[in-house]
Amino acid sequence: MKRIYVNEEWCLGCHLCEYNCAFANSGMKDMAFALKDKTIYPRIHVEGDDKITFAVSCRHCTDPICVKSCIAGAISKTDGVVKIDRSKCVGCLTCVLVCPYGALSPGEDGIMQKCELCLNNSCGAPACVTGCPNKAIVYEEREDEQ
Amino acid sequence: MKRYVIIGNGTAAVGCIEGIRFADTDGEITVISEEPHAVYGRPLISYYLENKTDLEHMHYRASGFYEENGCQVLYGVRGKEIDAEQKSVLLDDGSKIDYDALCVATGSRPFVPPMEGLDTVDKKFTFMTLDDALALENAINSKSRVLIVGAGLIGLKCAEGIRDRVGSITVCDLADRVLSSILDADCASVVQQHLEANGLRFLLGDSVALFEGHVARMKSGAEISFDVLVLAVGVRANTELVKNAGGNVNRGIIVNEKLETSVPTIWAAGDCTEGFDASTGGNRVLAILPNAYMQGYTAGVNMAGGNKVFDTAIPMNSIGFFGLHIMTAGAYTGEMTEERSEDGLKRFFVEDGKLKGYILIGQTERAGIYTALVREQTPISEINFDFVKKIASNTVFSKETRRKRFGGVV
Repeated sequence: MKRIYVNEEWCLGCHLCEYNCAFANSGMKDMAFALKDKTIYPRIHVEGDDKITFAVSCRHCTDPICVKSCIAGAISKTDGVVKIDRSKCVGCLTCVLVCPYGALSPGEDGIMQKCELCLNNSCGAPACVTGCPNKAIVYEEREDEQ
Repeated sequence: MKRYVIIGNGTAAVGCIEGIRFADTDGEITVISEEPHAVYGRPLISYYLENKTDLEHMHYRASGFYEENGCQVLYGVRGKEIDAEQKSVLLDDGSKIDYDALCVATGSRPFVPPMEGLDTVDKKFTFMTLDDALALENAINSKSRVLIVGAGLIGLKCAEGIRDRVGSITVCDLADRVLSSILDADCASVVQQHLEANGLRFLLGDSVALFEGHVARMKSGAEISFDVLVLAVGVRANTELVKNAGGNVNRGIIVNEKLETSVPTIWAAGDCTEGFDASTGGNRVLAILPNAYMQGYTAGVNMAGGNKVFDTAIPMNSIGFFGLHIMTAGAYTGEMTEERSEDGLKRFFVEDGKLKGYILIGQTERAGIYTALVREQTPISEINFDFVKKIASNTVFSKETRRKRFGGVV
């Protein structure tokens, strides 16, 4: 299946992916109206230090530990995509405790949200990838090389 | 066609069902459910009382789960005895079920120590099951004075759940600190202050000497008047079925890394077991939900003829009270280093060049990176530990490790 992959050599650390993510999941039509003067809660985060930057979002693991650990049974995997039912989540953060990639963080309401590859919003394909100015994030099929 | 029987209908049972179905789509699965409910998220009962979820959303699996997995569920009956020779389970309604592979997922029960005068208390509850929560909900009102015996995870989550629905809450514990099973003294003190600021009153290092109706006389001489009593002293693993069948039990049912008990064709999973703790290398009861699922899943795969090992269990907890999140993992052995900031407190325990455990209060972002260091026992010489102590970040890994993590299928 297609997943999001990171080419950290190309990341400029511009954080545009975070804004595109927050906008894509806002349900609004105007980006300025959706994000201006607001703290954003994107599902992708740019990490880094003075040497390197890269964007981290859900890996949609082959064997996702978050799914097995969720106390509410709110996280599931369907057709390769790890999804969360926010109406079931109580914000206990056990998924944050167990995700080895540090890929999850709660939304503004304290309830978890996660990257679902923009398959459930109007974009239909990851907005972070579409908007990345330097192709540092790509959405493609890759073979398991491990 | 293979006949699978699972005694218990909690998280471990769901793991077991999904494990069996991974390896065998045909066999018959019978689930023996003492509780008259489809599987629900047990830890959600405090969130239910807090109105953060409701009965409909507490279901751990979608409706149709049992049907889709070809399970027959027997509600309201208990497994009474296992006949390991005949491979059958006798139920308390007198019926008998034969199995080819059995999983004991009986969980634990509240431990209520002998307490003088307890029989004089009219409204007393434990806090373990959905029915416990519903009964407690029925007994409280906005004026209730609630006494909770036990300042552990269960007692304090109960307190949080009912705080806005009762008049006052006093929590007592024999231990001298809150959450004594997961926090050291300094961290417990930070959390206790936060709980007190949110209206809880504590009597620690103290225990009830005598109950007289609505009064608890404490060993210290203090007296507490209360309307509703919650007993949350601790839990005991339900080991009796396997013990009586001749299996090895200690504090829990002894299982190996394949979740086999010492009795052939009997597996066990979840809070009733005592298994391998990868953070200490010893065996212990690890009564946490992720462990229950992963044990159950492993047992299920193996019951269906697979060959799966689960040897990466560690103690870990994510628990929040009134907006303050706490995460802990592993063992608190070796040298402790601390990072304090305005947002919170982090403590790390390093031994033999490896992260053995941690406690995070208030600062829990990307904590799973720390948990993985504990679980995988990564030598900290391979990472920039001084940096990662301050900020849990993937930058501390080598470029090659990051390429695998974020450029490969994981």
